[in-house]
Amino acid sequence: MSETNPHPTEAKPGQAAAASSAGEPYLVVDDLTVRFPTADGLVQAVSNLSYSVELGKTLGIVGESGSGKSVSSMAVLGLHDERSAQISGSIRVDGKDIVGLSDAQMRQMRGNTVAMIFQDALAALHPFYRVGAQLTEAYRIHHPSASKKEARRRAVEMLDRVGIPEPQSRVDDFPHQFSGGMRQRVMIAMGLINDPSLLIADEPTTALDVTVQAQILDLLQDLQREFNSAIIMITHDLGVIAEMADDVLVMYSGRAVEYGPCKEILTHPEMPYTWGLLSSVPDVSSDINARMIPIPGTPPSLLHPPKGCAFEARCNHSDKVGGDLCATTLPDMRSGGRGQTHLKRCHLPDPDAIFLSEVLPQIAPELAASESNQSSEES
Amino acid sequence: MSEHTSFEEQVEQTHAANVLDPDAPAVLTVDNLRMYFPVKSGGVVRRRIGDVQAVDGVSFEVPKGGSLGLVGESGCGKSTTGRLITRLYKPTGGSMKFGEHDQDLATISDREMKPLRREVQMIFQDPYSSLNPRHTVGTIVGTPLRVHNVVPKNKTLSRVQELLEVVGLNPEHYNRYPSEFSGGQRQRIGIARALALQPKLMVADEPVSALDVSIQAQVINLMQDLQREFDIAFLFIAHDLAIVRHFCPEVAVMYLGKIVEIGDRESIYSGAHHPYTQALLSAVPDIKQAATGERRERIRLTGDVPSPINPPSGCRFRTRCPIAQEICAKHEPPLLQIGKRHKVACHFPGRINQPPSTPITAGLLGVDAQGSPDPGASPSSDLTDQPGYADTWFDLDSKSFGRA
Repeated sequence: MSETNPHPTEAKPGQAAAASSAGEPYLVVDDLTVRFPTADGLVQAVSNLSYSVELGKTLGIVGESGSGKSVSSMAVLGLHDERSAQISGSIRVDGKDIVGLSDAQMRQMRGNTVAMIFQDALAALHPFYRVGAQLTEAYRIHHPSASKKEARRRAVEMLDRVGIPEPQSRVDDFPHQFSGGMRQRVMIAMGLINDPSLLIADEPTTALDVTVQAQILDLLQDLQREFNSAIIMITHDLGVIAEMADDVLVMYSGRAVEYGPCKEILTHPEMPYTWGLLSSVPDVSSDINARMIPIPGTPPSLLHPPKGCAFEARCNHSDKVGGDLCATTLPDMRSGGRGQTHLKRCHLPDPDAIFLSEVLPQIAPELAASESNQSSEES
Repeated sequence: MSEHTSFEEQVEQTHAANVLDPDAPAVLTVDNLRMYFPVKSGGVVRRRIGDVQAVDGVSFEVPKGGSLGLVGESGCGKSTTGRLITRLYKPTGGSMKFGEHDQDLATISDREMKPLRREVQMIFQDPYSSLNPRHTVGTIVGTPLRVHNVVPKNKTLSRVQELLEVVGLNPEHYNRYPSEFSGGQRQRIGIARALALQPKLMVADEPVSALDVSIQAQVINLMQDLQREFDIAFLFIAHDLAIVRHFCPEVAVMYLGKIVEIGDRESIYSGAHHPYTQALLSAVPDIKQAATGERRERIRLTGDVPSPINPPSGCRFRTRCPIAQEICAKHEPPLLQIGKRHKVACHFPGRINQPPSTPITAGLLGVDAQGSPDPGASPSSDLTDQPGYADTWFDLDSKSFGRA
């Protein structure tokens, strides 16, 4: 994320018009909709979601609990039971649509080309088996010709790669013999043992302390540089997003509400929900005299999503839109004033001006001052 | 929540910075608090083979109506400290003087403790497991009132409704069950329950870490409003350094059962002198800096926190410390006051990347720079840590005790 190399998204986010060698980015999710029929009605967990990730890039997905961020990425791994979930749209991994694949075909791909790291390593690792057994199982399933010895050597190699000391002996330990950070490393080793091209990390550091979180984030970045894999990073921590992601997708109530290059989203967000997220977290340099600015209210029910913008009821800026457009009409994902790669789902006519004049002074007065200096110099 | 705007507006008008009042008397004085949990061997005869030294000699003060933040990694003893103060555990040693009569919560009997429980209440981390799913909100919030006979039975309901209104819930919802509320609303119920007895001291153990970010701000604002309204002192236990900075004018940083640095907000966040505090602060991802492309150097800590059953000799942080030297393994650094309201336990305290070349504590401990006994030195007699701050302190520039 240096100045000289601004975000290289040749691909228009979400539009799958890409320039990679295969013709499109490694993962393309197009118009994905996931619904769960329940006794109370249809839960519209994810609606018309589109995004793409290229090899070597990281997409950060942010949103509250229930915004559909985990459900959508579980669909990428084919983890939804087709008897309880209705999935439509397409998910193309390396050009191949995986929606509607059979279980056997899915198993070929899962863990081999697409792997996942879960939040709670203690729950995700089997307590009765040594970590070596769990690592070699993942390897041998996708390498049937590999001998036990080879698989074990590979497991030790991976443990060493993720920075576990004395991997030769640790490979025979049980998960409970590792500390939280070390267990997370074991999970990462397990996820990477088959050199997947796409890694989905679902809140990989939420359960960890900040110092260990920093270690794990560094590790993921090193491994990405080494293996050139695509990473989807699901988190609610904007700080983690800021350090890790190339692209950011903000989800609210099952839909994408803002999508674009990380730096753009963090410095010039154009959707009031993203403003709310940015202003509701204090950081270690914010003004202590300022009151924290929460987003009022709670997200709407996914059983009966509102007709218009899902954020309308909690939005402070809907009065700037004429009539009751926000309440009646769902805005499209469209590009804003700052380039084709930055998409937002909002009716506001000039969101960047509102952000700079009303929101930024509240969250970062010093940045707001420098922004206004810049713009006066330009004019 | 529109029906409660009046309360919120009222507080909004009286909002002032959460600043330190240096003259406020202490509501709680903790001195050399220790908690050892025995570790038993396996087998038929379960012998005691060691202790988990969860809290080992912690001293601090919580001022009346103020708040002290307690931060550190998991397993550092911060939650145990909170549970000792609420007397959910009986401490192994030390004292906790509370209130006007300086009653010692550490040694008091359970019978004498009961009236004091009205004064010390707790807010828990997990709003799901801390509320009984089979009880209505009215029962949950009303139970403390009933147990302590605070209001007559026929007035309980109206008092519960008042409390629900104060924390921003609809008072008509007293008949609902916890499962009918969202996480943030449940945390409000937990706060209403803690508030029911009008405590003087509230121990908040990670009160917002289980909540979504947009809801965290709501709960933090609520707690600040209540603190101001009812003059409640907070012991705020959290691992999120940014939220602690926002809430607490004073902060103590714990590592492996000990306080390594304690001071006012400015000293800790802008002038941290302990390498562990510096590492913690540098590990916090900062949105603004990352967004503007600035990258600050992270201090990388390697490895994990050592076992509290068998902590390292000398300084407990030395196994992960980037500036540790020979003396650190031999002698435990005393918690030395180095500023008006700033104490640090390190042989080499200094700004980031500017530690002193020789251990500043060597002369005080009567040893040489390598930590070997120095017959020529005159060790300082009084290095035991007292709660609160003294009028004189050790000046790092002149390397002597004095007044600024």
